Amino acid sequence: MVLFCLAWEVAGRIPINVAFPPFSDVVAAFGRMVADGSLPSAFLITLQPLVIGLVVATVIGIVMGVGMGLRDELEWAGVPVFVVMQAAPMAALIPLITYVYGIGLTAKVLAVVILALPVIALNGYKAVRNVSPSLRAMCRSFLGNRRQEIFKIVLPDASPMIFAGLRLGISAGFVGVVLAELLITPTGIGDLITYHRSIADYAEMYAVIATIILFSAVTVGLLERVEIALFRPEKKEHSA
Amino acid sequence: MTAAVRMLRETTKSDTAQPIVEVRHISKRYGSSVEALRDINLTFPTGQLTSLLGPSGCGKTTLLKIIAGLLEPTGGEVVVKGKTVTGPGPERAFVFQDFALMPWASVLRNAAFGLELQGIDKKKREETARHYINQVGLSGFENRYPHELSGGMRQRVGLARALAVNADVLLLDEPFSAVDEQNRRKFQEDLLRLREVERKTLIFVTHSIEEAVYLSDRIVLLSPRPGRVSEIIEPHVDRSGPPDLIRRNPAYLDTVEEIWHGLRDYAD
Ligand SMILES: Nc1ncnc2c1ncn2[C@@H]1O[C@H](COP(=O)(O)OP(=O)(O)OP(=O)(O)O)[C@@H](O)[C@H]1O
Ligand SMILES: [Mg+2]
Repeated sequence: MVLFCLAWEVAGRIPINVAFPPFSDVVAAFGRMVADGSLPSAFLITLQPLVIGLVVATVIGIVMGVGMGLRDELEWAGVPVFVVMQAAPMAALIPLITYVYGIGLTAKVLAVVILALPVIALNGYKAVRNVSPSLRAMCRSFLGNRRQEIFKIVLPDASPMIFAGLRLGISAGFVGVVLAELLITPTGIGDLITYHRSIADYAEMYAVIATIILFSAVTVGLLERVEIALFRPEKKEHSA
Repeated sequence: MTAAVRMLRETTKSDTAQPIVEVRHISKRYGSSVEALRDINLTFPTGQLTSLLGPSGCGKTTLLKIIAGLLEPTGGEVVVKGKTVTGPGPERAFVFQDFALMPWASVLRNAAFGLELQGIDKKKREETARHYINQVGLSGFENRYPHELSGGMRQRVGLARALAVNADVLLLDEPFSAVDEQNRRKFQEDLLRLREVERKTLIFVTHSIEEAVYLSDRIVLLSPRPGRVSEIIEPHVDRSGPPDLIRRNPAYLDTVEEIWHGLRDYAD
């Protein structure tokens, strides 16, 4: 991490390109934008479609994914759809979304959902398919009913892979929201990036980009903590 | 003296020897090509340990899972305590070859899992589980997780879980196959001791002849696919002495030899 910052500093000072500021300038720009409130307020605006979109994608994705893993008819109907969604360049659909849903919040939420949903649903599906058959047989042989089998065996056993899907989904959601803000209407983070680029404040632009990447990474890291706390107590001592 | 003890064992045995499990004309096909079992007829007397012994792939696991109610037979029926089996039941408990422990649950929760599924309250089920964890020699490990235990210890958890639900019949599918030799012997001795204390009927799958002879009252030899009953042997090994002596007992060695000869034809 430190090495990366140093390398950036050196590369910025050479300079490779006028549009590539040294690290220290970026940090200074970050400080200025926090102080004048433009960065925090942009984040708040961006977070709104992001959070709504991720909640929607998570709920639908996990329910659909687990459903497809458990039931053959859902698998038959759903999996091909999500596979196509995941393989297609969904970002290309964003202009289409604008056409149908306008440029408001709905369109941005939708952009987040279409990018995050396929990976969450497909991971959920694969996770359930990979649940140990012997654990399921164990649950049945000790007279567990269908509900107990799902909640006490299938979901905990599938949770690492479901959460891996969530982490990928969240990253995809960040991409979705920033793309939407760049392509649909410049608001929030997207607006800040576009604006500072247009007036050639490259230090500011990089500060915004770096912040959103960092924010995304921290969110994903936090999710891992949540997973271990909720489902995998046996991993606690290793991560501590 | 030994003869007298043996006779005593036999008389007590025949007193209690009503079958608790009956297997009637069981056959099983997987798809249309694999015939795993053909017309199996067996009775399992109450309180005895019966081994199912046979070459790999002869259908031992299939038969055990049918008795457990985890697999549907293609034909025939299994009767447990006078009732036809339609699925798993409270009078049977399974010990799995691969342990089937939940990696995210402590030893205590794993051992109490059968009771948890029955909806018994936490305090009560943990009390019962602790008792059986102690019985299988794992006290002190209640709060450990399966990945922290050796294979032998993990299978002890599997056994504690099966004992905790207080079933009459324990179905064990090669419980020691993933356990190293030293632990296996120790475990076998513990199983014999537990059998005396807990008064269970045990049905035990193995492909070790020595293990079958050492542990069993009766040994059912299965032929290779399609599995059929080829012979039933009662070892009559006097188990009153120390384990090392039993393993050098002529009755024990003769029976091992006899089964060896019977099975040699099937070796590939
Ligand atoms: N789900 C299945 N589908 C198709 N064939 C199966 C299935 N399960 C088992 N078989 C076949 O049925 C036969 C009996 O299998 P089973 O597992 O009961 O044998 P086993 O005696 O327990 O063998 P092992 O000693 O290797 O454990 C084998 O030939 C196996 O390949
Ligand atoms: Mg087997």
